[in-house]
Amino acid sequence: METKFEIEKLNLYYGSFQALQDIDMNIYSNRITALIGPSGCGKSTFLRTLNRMNDLIRGVTIEGTVKFDGEDIYGNFYDIIKLRKKVGMVFQKPNPFPKTIYENIVYGPKIHGEKNKTVLDNIVERTLKEVAMWEEVKDRLQKPALGLSGGQQQRLCIARCLAVEPEVILMDEPTSALDPVATSKIEGLLEELAEKYTIVIVTHNMQQAGRVSDYTSFFLNGKVIETDKTEVIFSNPANKKTEEYITGRFG
Amino acid sequence: MKTYEKAIEKVILLSAIMATISVGLITFFIFRSGLPVLLEYGIIDFIFGTTWSPTNGDYGILPLIAGTLSITIGSLIIGVPTGIACAVFLAEILQKKWAKAFKFSIELLAGIPSVVYGFFGLVVLIPAIREYILPIYQFFDPEVSQTGFSVLAGAVILAIMILPTIVSMSENSIAAVPVEFKEASLALGANKMETIVRVLIPAAKSGILSSIILGMGRAIGETMAVLLITGNMAKIPGTILDPVATLTGTIAMEMGYASPTHQQVLFAVGIVLFVVIMILNIIAQLSVRKIGGNA
Repeated sequence: METKFEIEKLNLYYGSFQALQDIDMNIYSNRITALIGPSGCGKSTFLRTLNRMNDLIRGVTIEGTVKFDGEDIYGNFYDIIKLRKKVGMVFQKPNPFPKTIYENIVYGPKIHGEKNKTVLDNIVERTLKEVAMWEEVKDRLQKPALGLSGGQQQRLCIARCLAVEPEVILMDEPTSALDPVATSKIEGLLEELAEKYTIVIVTHNMQQAGRVSDYTSFFLNGKVIETDKTEVIFSNPANKKTEEYITGRFG
Repeated sequence: MKTYEKAIEKVILLSAIMATISVGLITFFIFRSGLPVLLEYGIIDFIFGTTWSPTNGDYGILPLIAGTLSITIGSLIIGVPTGIACAVFLAEILQKKWAKAFKFSIELLAGIPSVVYGFFGLVVLIPAIREYILPIYQFFDPEVSQTGFSVLAGAVILAIMILPTIVSMSENSIAAVPVEFKEASLALGANKMETIVRVLIPAAKSGILSSIILGMGRAIGETMAVLLITGNMAKIPGTILDPVATLTGTIAMEMGYASPTHQQVLFAVGIVLFVVIMILNIIAQLSVRKIGGNA
């Protein structure tokens, strides 16, 4: 099994507050890794170190190494643009641009220099099919994306992310703003996407982690308490804290 | 307690009525003074007449409209790119604490009396145009001789005067673009510039547009500063170094010595200004309301 990310001794500080402590973790190719834990435990922060979105926040210091395909992404000469192209992200709140459905999807490819109309059309069709939305929206590609329902907007965001042909998709609680029907559609999607992409998903919802993921990592107070195959974490966790959290005794 | 509240309510109501009535009265008065002569002279002749020579009874305001239009457009050409660039810089690039200081000083520009701008133009800008810009013209055509009182001078000063409006409104609407859009763009591998140009500015465009329209209204209505530096010759300008007279400047200068008919004509000029600025304000308000709807 191939390793996509190798994280070693990762420490992250917001000013003087330490948000992540000595994180060691491997993330495997074409698997779904779920990050669980109570609010404020650092799981979203950790997710954002993987595509360097924490760079946007002032006063963040990061120590340790995060290797992506064997290369340290915090190395001096690492190309962040290339990283973010390969490591896409889907956010908690669906955030399509206030543009048309079509323009949303081609935004990434256009930024990266694609101008050919036929190629762009093909990208739109391919990605919308990948998120099982093509039939729903093929006749209204030129309509504003903000007119879609919440669940459709989130799938559009996933399609927009797929349009730049990433290798990894980071998802930050992608279903927490959605209703159960939309949620189950997205969960169904994850399984198919995992055939082509590596997925890391932060979730508040333990059932969701249990349903969709291959690996689960339990975060608490900025530390990784335990990482293992999902069925092991849920049936026979090694750490007592993990068991208490999973059985709902805190969090 | 209750009577006290009622009294306050009445006072506020009275103030609101006073404000509304003043607007109504001013409108009524301008139209009553200007409309008869406007109809008598003929609206078409008035607006499209090319000779403004009140002492001879020629009341064609096209040269004045051309004057106002040329310096307004000139000020927008200079002021809009500068203003938007400045707004982007303040909202997205500069650190928060510095941005505050910058924004404050730009907003201070709005508090400077317009005659001071005019005076500044008179002592700094006009000699500068005569010394540095005019020779460039003379290089191509040695016959050209201008004083420096010009469309260019008016446009530059007006550009500075509309900056506070454009910068502060545009900055507000760029800063109001949800951070999620910015994150989405960056996460797709866009750099900062691409994010600003392709996501932030388009998302803030209705606010930016209404700031431009309000700035334009201010430029059209400005009197004192342009009066001092545009030369006040009622001719359609051929180059940016030609002197022009504006609608507002003409009213201010000629009202003092005008004969009764001339005076009524100046009120008619006022009607034209009034209608144009009213339309601009309505457009600006509608586009502001549209942002509210989107957010």
